[in-house]
Amino acid sequence: MSEEPRLAEQSKVVRFEEIALPHLSAAYNLARWLLHNEHDAEDLVQEAFMRAFKSFSGYYGGNSRAWVLTIVRNTCYTWLQKNRVLDLAEPIEDKLDELELDFADPETLLLQNRDTQMLRQALQDLPVEFREVMVLREMEGFSYKEIANVVDVPLGTVMSRLARGRKRLQTLLANRMGKEASIELSTNA
Amino acid sequence: MSCQQTRELIHGYLDGELDLMKSIEIEKHLADCHTCTQTYKGMRSLQSIVAGSALRFEPPSNLERRLRSALRRESKPETKSLLFRWRWALSAALLLAVVITSWAIAAIVSRQSTDDVVAQEIVSSHVRSLMADHLTDVPSSDRHTVKPWFNGKLDFSPAVKDLSQQGFSLHGGRLDYIGNRPVAALVYQRREHSINLFVWPSTQAQAMSEKASERQGYNLIRWSNGGMTYWAVSDLNLAELQQFVQLIRES
Repeated sequence: MSEEPRLAEQSKVVRFEEIALPHLSAAYNLARWLLHNEHDAEDLVQEAFMRAFKSFSGYYGGNSRAWVLTIVRNTCYTWLQKNRVLDLAEPIEDKLDELELDFADPETLLLQNRDTQMLRQALQDLPVEFREVMVLREMEGFSYKEIANVVDVPLGTVMSRLARGRKRLQTLLANRMGKEASIELSTNA
Repeated sequence: MSCQQTRELIHGYLDGELDLMKSIEIEKHLADCHTCTQTYKGMRSLQSIVAGSALRFEPPSNLERRLRSALRRESKPETKSLLFRWRWALSAALLLAVVITSWAIAAIVSRQSTDDVVAQEIVSSHVRSLMADHLTDVPSSDRHTVKPWFNGKLDFSPAVKDLSQQGFSLHGGRLDYIGNRPVAALVYQRREHSINLFVWPSTQAQAMSEKASERQGYNLIRWSNGGMTYWAVSDLNLAELQQFVQLIRES
């Protein structure tokens, strides 16, 4: 019997690693932000990569980052649903009504650059739909199209979720800081 | 462009996702509208703070190694299909085993039937030797007479033992013909019972342990050792015949 199947299998692993492993960092970051827990994040990233490997023969090129992150996100959502911790506190209506509130009043949002912990907590408190688009956009630099791909929503929804997420984040931060800090949001940043 | 439209599109503008025409319209509006400019600057500020705050979680250093080894384990269903890949060798081996087994069975069966034929010849020869009063060619109780008598008549020299002390007196020797070859027949006497001990060189190298059988009221014991095949036959009871065989084998 020839060794070909084994060699093919080995080169499949190597090709998969070349394509998928560069996105491990982004995959872990997303999983960690979705799950709030490093151990779950590790386990689910591994599970997701195994799933990706199994469906690798169905991957015909294209955006490998979006492909990997889609599987990671789906794996995490499945886990969240199974463990009933999917924090969908309210129905998400993807519209821009919230933006009618004028959040840009410099007096209401006071933010200190160095208070990373508070920022982290505020992001963590965002509903998962907003949180994930914020993570993908602000931390991973995903384009709207890539985000639309991963989250499986139209481009316009990506933009409206980002808008609402940012607005909520500003509000959360303003509430947390209250009146105690008074560093004006820099308008020349 | 209105403030309402601008608020909708300002995030796309911030993220560089608007086309050129929309971008120019936004910029025109921002130049005229202080409120929207403040909104925009607030958003831009927030974005740079989020992006610059080291909020990313880095994977633990061993995660990549774990993944790599998990992938290699995962890609080894090869070991599962090993049986599948060796299926031809396996079925060939199986076939060979069947052939060998049936050959062995056939060999055993044919040896049994050969034994049967020989046993029949032994009994016939024994009976004939008694009926025709041709028990011995060399009637002698002296093994030194009997043994040399076979010289020149056989291509082997049978061991001749004197067992008179043990109650099996040597009666003589005879040339006989068993299984298409001349054989030595040694005749012993136990009370009124004659014992024919047939001896010839074995065709098989390995020794065979004793095997007793009965045929036409005669007891037969067959064995082989030292390259010779022995058949003892007599109307003597089996226990005494076995005793005789033991004495022949020992001494």
